[in-house]
Amino acid sequence: MEILVCVRRVPDTSENEIEVNAAGNDIERNELVYSVNEADNYAVEEALQIRDRVGGNVTVVTVGGEDDEEVLRRELAMGANQAVLVSDEDFNGSDGRGIATILKDFVKKGRYDLILTGVQADDGAAQVGGMLAAMLDYPFASLVNSITVDGGKLKVGREIEGGNREINEIDLPCVLSIQTGINEPRYVGMRGIRQVASVPIPTLGVSNLGVEKDSVGEAAAKVRRVDYFVPALSKGADMLHGSREENAHTVFELVAARGGLK
Amino acid sequence: MVGIYSPSLSSEWLVPGRNLFLTIHVLGIACFAYIVAKRLVPLVRAESDPRFDRPLTRLGKVFKFWLGQWKHPRYRFAGALHILIFTGFLLLATRAFSVLIVGVSSGFVMPGLSGESGRVYDLITDYAATIVFLCMVVAAFRRLVFKPARYAVPAKYGKSRTGDAVFLLGLIAVLMVADSLFAASSAAGHARQDQPVEALAILSLPWMLKIAIGSMPLATLWVLNITAYLVHEVTFYFLLCYRPFGIQFHVETSLFSIYFSKLERGTLKPVRWDVPDEHLDQVKSFGVKTFEDFTWKHILDFYSCADCGRCADNCPANAVGRPLAPRFLTIKARDYGFHHYPVLGKANNGKPLIGGIYSEDEIWSCTTCGACEEECPLLVEYIDKIVDLRRGMIDDGNVPQSLQKPLKALENRGNPYGKMEKKKADWAKAEEFRQTSKVKTLDGNNSAGTLYFVDSITSYDDRMQSIGRSTSRILGHLGEDFGILGAAEKDSGHEVRRFGEEMLFMALRDHNTNAIKASGVKRIVTSDPHAYNALKHDYKDVPPVEHISQVIARKVRAGSIQFSRVENEDKVYAYHDPCYLGRHNQIYDEPRAVLDAIPGLKRVEMKRSRDRSFCCGGGGLMLFYEPKEEQRMGVLRVRMAAEAGANVIVTACPFCMVNIEDAIKVAGLEGKMSAIDLTELVDQHLIREVCTEKTDELETATCGG
Repeated sequence: MEILVCVRRVPDTSENEIEVNAAGNDIERNELVYSVNEADNYAVEEALQIRDRVGGNVTVVTVGGEDDEEVLRRELAMGANQAVLVSDEDFNGSDGRGIATILKDFVKKGRYDLILTGVQADDGAAQVGGMLAAMLDYPFASLVNSITVDGGKLKVGREIEGGNREINEIDLPCVLSIQTGINEPRYVGMRGIRQVASVPIPTLGVSNLGVEKDSVGEAAAKVRRVDYFVPALSKGADMLHGSREENAHTVFELVAARGGLK
Repeated sequence: MVGIYSPSLSSEWLVPGRNLFLTIHVLGIACFAYIVAKRLVPLVRAESDPRFDRPLTRLGKVFKFWLGQWKHPRYRFAGALHILIFTGFLLLATRAFSVLIVGVSSGFVMPGLSGESGRVYDLITDYAATIVFLCMVVAAFRRLVFKPARYAVPAKYGKSRTGDAVFLLGLIAVLMVADSLFAASSAAGHARQDQPVEALAILSLPWMLKIAIGSMPLATLWVLNITAYLVHEVTFYFLLCYRPFGIQFHVETSLFSIYFSKLERGTLKPVRWDVPDEHLDQVKSFGVKTFEDFTWKHILDFYSCADCGRCADNCPANAVGRPLAPRFLTIKARDYGFHHYPVLGKANNGKPLIGGIYSEDEIWSCTTCGACEEECPLLVEYIDKIVDLRRGMIDDGNVPQSLQKPLKALENRGNPYGKMEKKKADWAKAEEFRQTSKVKTLDGNNSAGTLYFVDSITSYDDRMQSIGRSTSRILGHLGEDFGILGAAEKDSGHEVRRFGEEMLFMALRDHNTNAIKASGVKRIVTSDPHAYNALKHDYKDVPPVEHISQVIARKVRAGSIQFSRVENEDKVYAYHDPCYLGRHNQIYDEPRAVLDAIPGLKRVEMKRSRDRSFCCGGGGLMLFYEPKEEQRMGVLRVRMAAEAGANVIVTACPFCMVNIEDAIKVAGLEGKMSAIDLTELVDQHLIREVCTEKTDELETATCGG
């Protein structure tokens, strides 16, 4: 099975102190450290596991700049067969639809049976996967937390609000957005990254993909960020001051009142 | 003709004795040689391990731990029993060989043992045989009736080995009886024939047997004599060839195991002994994944384990129900080795150990506290093996999610919490602290003779920052010209290395080494035993390093530091030895000397202290790991302190502090028990100004306070 995984490099919220910049339109990007978006990493692991079960290849792709090569290399170290960086000055400032358009043109250049994305980027809006599927006219399933290959089809499990699950059958080729927790991604250490340091990562741009310039980039963006702020802290936690038994009782009542106990 | 002759002159079923016994000798020795050769096959295929250096130091180890049985008395009764058996065996070795040779050469006497010395030796060995025999009876009785808990084999680790143990004890008992009966029947026969009679030691087994059979007809004595000899002969060779199949192989291998044992405490083996750091990129596979990835010495360890259970008995992971017992780490590997390198048939190997004989959780469960290695009478190594197995898992990407986050943060930010580098020295910026103390950052604008290496937890953890401030105040008080690296200091990487992430460790080490060298300091002081151990043993080419407790103890000895009196009479202190200060670096006395220098401080020792200290739960990355366990190590430790009658636990390690303070809450001892770091306690009791008038102790305290 030929699998494509779309990944993104994001500032890791657990390793940065995110602050809004002075202009109030973005975060302070000095001293940030970046990682591959967590959900995307689960998607790559899932792709690798499917490949190892049924054979085929895993390709990872990202739309971005030179700096984004590091996440591609990390996914190569994880075991992806190849990685492609899609990069062009004309892509800068694209909104979700623009990114989906670029990816659509990239997908059309190759032959992929299965396209995976993370359920959403840490700093994203969970929109690219769905739009990409629509543009390709492929079936789409979101919030996927299990995949079984069944001949020319897949059986995918999805998370339903309230902790329930459903299993869907979906035709190939398709696009799936992968939920974290679907697997346990393998660890990639420095050694792994060093071992793929010399693997070439091709860069493709507007001319290679045949992207219509008018449909991407800042000019084509129809969604623009107009504000960025840290919400004011709401009231803090309630401290319970009773005896251990009383506190246990109160906690039980509180949890039960919010539907946490059935 | 009826009479007592040398067995070599007898004839059995018309076969001349000499031929019969010669055949048994040759068969026995050939069999043993073949088995040993087979057992050596995996050692030859194993990884290299340079253990042929420093012969004198190694011989010293042999004298202390093999001949001197140094570790054995740590378990009083079993140890005494073993020392008796071991001494008996040593004494009997010459006699056994003489007796064997007598079978083919009549009248053979071991050189040096003719005449008077021979008679003395015979008397001694009569007793030796008797004592070994009695020890076998007692040991079997222990195994069968008292059943010490540490010999039990939990179902998950396989079947009970009591049967095998008792069978072996029985064989040795048979050997002793046969040997004694041979001597007794010879003496009885000679007495009957009016020949010179061998003197038998009074009240020894041969002496008693001689009395028992003395009145038997000469013909019976003759049969007894030759039967005893034959039984001795067969049992001897059976034992010799059976031992390499089980726990008694240590009789042969222990000498080698101890001679080749690890010489440096606190160190870790490199990824590959035969590959220098800079060529590690060319190594295809890291760590131990299959049996043959162990070094030959580590496989020798598997053979030498006597299954005495002392390691598991002292293992904190085992005590709290984590899926790890060092004993079975060895036993499972030995069984694997025996099974995959059979004595008969071809070797079949190459199966992964993780998922085969070991589980991932088993290997992550170890805190590398070293209690098992400290206890092992045969100096079996565990930490290097655990770390090698972890290196293998890291290499395969097989790492729990709970550890992946901190490892990535270490890679990105140089600390496991993912905190910003620029906040590394924030602990020194606390308002109250800044008013009294100033900590220089050695960033090129400042210089100092001494570096205070703070490390991640003391830099970033709100609670542990207090240790950093206390340490700085103490260093300041002692007039040390010191500074910190600040943002340029990354995690020491001590646990990164012990969790098997060698490449990440090397990156951290190289970064810190450069930063330390650039700072131009002449020495390093740290308040974190893990950083201490890393800088001392894992780093190369950095200035000498001391733990803060050593610095304070030196000042105490020199009388250049004074402490105020402990005001609260109800406080009873117990010192908890951090593993990486105590066991791994032998710093037991300094922290105690500091405590004892504080006037009025009541100190008790926990039952488990010094080299038997019980791990608090582990430091560094172990704080992030989510073990499968029934209870926390810290809780057990806190209860031990309560049992000793203490209500304040003093430690000298920030990780111990995390675990013990948590454990006090979990154990429900809040308000009854507290924990304090040695530096915090010293800081509280430092007498900062010299009192001009010392009228009484109380005033001194007030002045200092």
